Amino acid sequence: MSTALYDGVERVDVEAVNSKERRPLYKARVKIFPRRAHGTYRTLKWWIMAVTLTIYYVTPWLRWDRGPYAPDQAVLVDLANRRFYFFFIEIWPQELYYIAGLLIMAGVGLFLITSTVGRAWCGYTCPQTVWVDLYLVVERWIEGDRNARIRLDQAPWSLEKLRKRLAKHALWLVLAVATGGAWIFYFADAPTLAVDFLEFEAPFVAYSTVAILTATTYIFAGFMREQVCTFMCPWPRIQGAMLDEDSLVVTYNDWRGEPRVRHRKKAEADGESVGDCVDCNACVAVCPQGIDIRDGQQLECITCALCIDACDQVMDKVGLSRGLISYATLRDYNSNRQGIAAPTGWRSFIRPRTMIYTGLWVLVGIAMLVALVVRDRLDLNVLHDRNPVFVTLSDGSIRNGYTIKILNMEPRPRTLRLTLAGLPGAVMTLAGADADAAPHMEFVIDIGPDKLHQLKVYVRAARQDIAGSGRKVTFTLDDIAGEESATYEANFEAPPDEAAP
Amino acid sequence: MAGTEIDDVSGTETTGHEWDGIKELNTPLPRWWLWTFYATIIWAIGYMIAYPAIPLISAATPGVLGYSSRAKVADAIDAAKAAQSTYLARIAELDLEAIRNDRELRDFAVRGGASAFKVNCIQCHGSGAAGARGYPNLNDDDWLWGGTLEDIHATLSHGIRFEAAEDTRVSDMPAFGRDEILEPAEIGDVAAHVRGLAGLDHDAAAAARGAEIFADNCAACHGEIGEGLREFGAPRLNDAIWLYGSGQADEIAGQIVQPNHGVMPAWQDRLDGATLKQLAIYVHSLGGGE
Repeated sequence: MSTALYDGVERVDVEAVNSKERRPLYKARVKIFPRRAHGTYRTLKWWIMAVTLTIYYVTPWLRWDRGPYAPDQAVLVDLANRRFYFFFIEIWPQELYYIAGLLIMAGVGLFLITSTVGRAWCGYTCPQTVWVDLYLVVERWIEGDRNARIRLDQAPWSLEKLRKRLAKHALWLVLAVATGGAWIFYFADAPTLAVDFLEFEAPFVAYSTVAILTATTYIFAGFMREQVCTFMCPWPRIQGAMLDEDSLVVTYNDWRGEPRVRHRKKAEADGESVGDCVDCNACVAVCPQGIDIRDGQQLECITCALCIDACDQVMDKVGLSRGLISYATLRDYNSNRQGIAAPTGWRSFIRPRTMIYTGLWVLVGIAMLVALVVRDRLDLNVLHDRNPVFVTLSDGSIRNGYTIKILNMEPRPRTLRLTLAGLPGAVMTLAGADADAAPHMEFVIDIGPDKLHQLKVYVRAARQDIAGSGRKVTFTLDDIAGEESATYEANFEAPPDEAAP
Repeated sequence: MAGTEIDDVSGTETTGHEWDGIKELNTPLPRWWLWTFYATIIWAIGYMIAYPAIPLISAATPGVLGYSSRAKVADAIDAAKAAQSTYLARIAELDLEAIRNDRELRDFAVRGGASAFKVNCIQCHGSGAAGARGYPNLNDDDWLWGGTLEDIHATLSHGIRFEAAEDTRVSDMPAFGRDEILEPAEIGDVAAHVRGLAGLDHDAAAAARGAEIFADNCAACHGEIGEGLREFGAPRLNDAIWLYGSGQADEIAGQIVQPNHGVMPAWQDRLDGATLKQLAIYVHSLGGGE
């Protein structure tokens, strides 16, 4: 393995182990210039983009009348007051399990979608996909389609190039600010915050949130694009594990396409075997991930199906049937390879796995619905004093202290009656800051709208009444005007009956 | 390099590491990842310059922003004090009854008093103010020196049997046994009588004998029927509350033989006026206030 250079000097064919060419440790991003696609899936994606963006931008501006004591914003995460409003539902912090339930439903729903129609989340509804699409619209509008963009990119700097680039980035930044700007309206009264924001009177966190989301939108949708999906997002890897041979994935039907031939007529005339693929690379040109679907299922593929649109258009032109690239299950693909026609049908959706996902999803949904319908809007919590657990009074009677927390979870003031029962002869007195020595069997409490009210009460009972009783007291809270009530059974602590001195 | 192997499926070089037939690919990282890594290093350097970072012998480098967690805490404490100052000024100014009648001030005083109690009082009276043998329970309705706001405030200010304080409250029960004022048998009889006063079971004959001795020796302070006398701090005996024990005859007798005398410090010179008032209102709010 050597070449003679001079007499006795040979060039040895060897290369440094760490030579640059040999081991690129880091890979530069290859620019992708996706071409505009036309077709069924592109149209579907436009619609989904319009709907998701509308939901995102419009939701905080919807109003919902809750009366004079609660905000009228339909969807509001009120962090300062620890409340979450969603149309007719109001959630207190301790009801956050509804959010957990929603997340479980979202998770199971994603499993269901992925196991049936593959990475549809990635390809159609993921914000990254939607915003990249939106940015590409701007890019295409200013710089032109794929070929024009490549030319512009390679052209030396000129006034024209500078103008186009400035216009594109300016519009991108406007979109980015609008994206970040819309987010903050979910956390405060939107019209008020909008005015405050423009008058520079909004809280600092509003500006910093907008700044951060502007930066992430601009960078992720403008520059990072497919890098986010391939390298940053854990979801593709999880979704990959969700697919099985019955999941619909974007498939290049190589049993039909191969061998790919660029000049069909010549090849046919020569008697060569000819597949349907004309090797026009249209599928690669439209791919926002910059991959070739003909290489098979890949981690990078977000199943946006634009290659299907591109290929169908070409098939129409060359007069071949559509579906050279299509949504197909691995099972269909394998049967097709063996020459057994297996048209992809909805039947692949119905199998034990999807049934279990659907069942789980429905079950959690029903459980949440039931919990929502029967949940209390009036709650009573009683905390027994821990130190001391009881106090002996001079007449020998025993006193227990309780902290009573009343939750009026309705956005209106209420008048409530707190009554004591369960221990004969027991009476309540107000304690703490409200101290009032007069004994009561009940209190009437006015409680503000959507408020937690705390009371400290003492309950006292004579030793002979406690002896032999169940040592329990029951607090009952009634809404005087309404029908709702809440009860709480608490222990009544006392020395053992036989311990009398 | 010998042994470099290219994976068939991905076309990527492998590291040569293999586990059960699965080979690790040597996929190059994206270059932006490298730039991100450099950016974090630059950020870290900037952070070290801006904030306290490098530990030296006595302290860390201060950082050009002059940030200090200690100063932050001091600021927070100052802010909290400033927020309290209007309340504290009003509490210092108003009398106890006026504070008690102002719901907002009373709330503040109960909380402030609870906080001061936990620092100064729980060592003897316990964290729940339930006391212990020899240390009065402040939750009940039995008061040695009175349970009104003013009484509690006076006890707090001047202490009990606290010699260093001029106006301290002093009471001194004679040691009837040690000083041989009463015979041991008489002491037993008095103890039986005291149990009778409290409504506890007792030897009726002994109690009858003890009643006379009680009237001669004890009633002056403890009252005819053992109702106590707060002016002298003489405990009420005809109730269910016992400071030294649980009312057993030998405990009562022991107290007659050689009484324990509890001491409480005067807080007037240790705590400011507003804190004393808050403590009085807190103790008064515990359930026994009069």
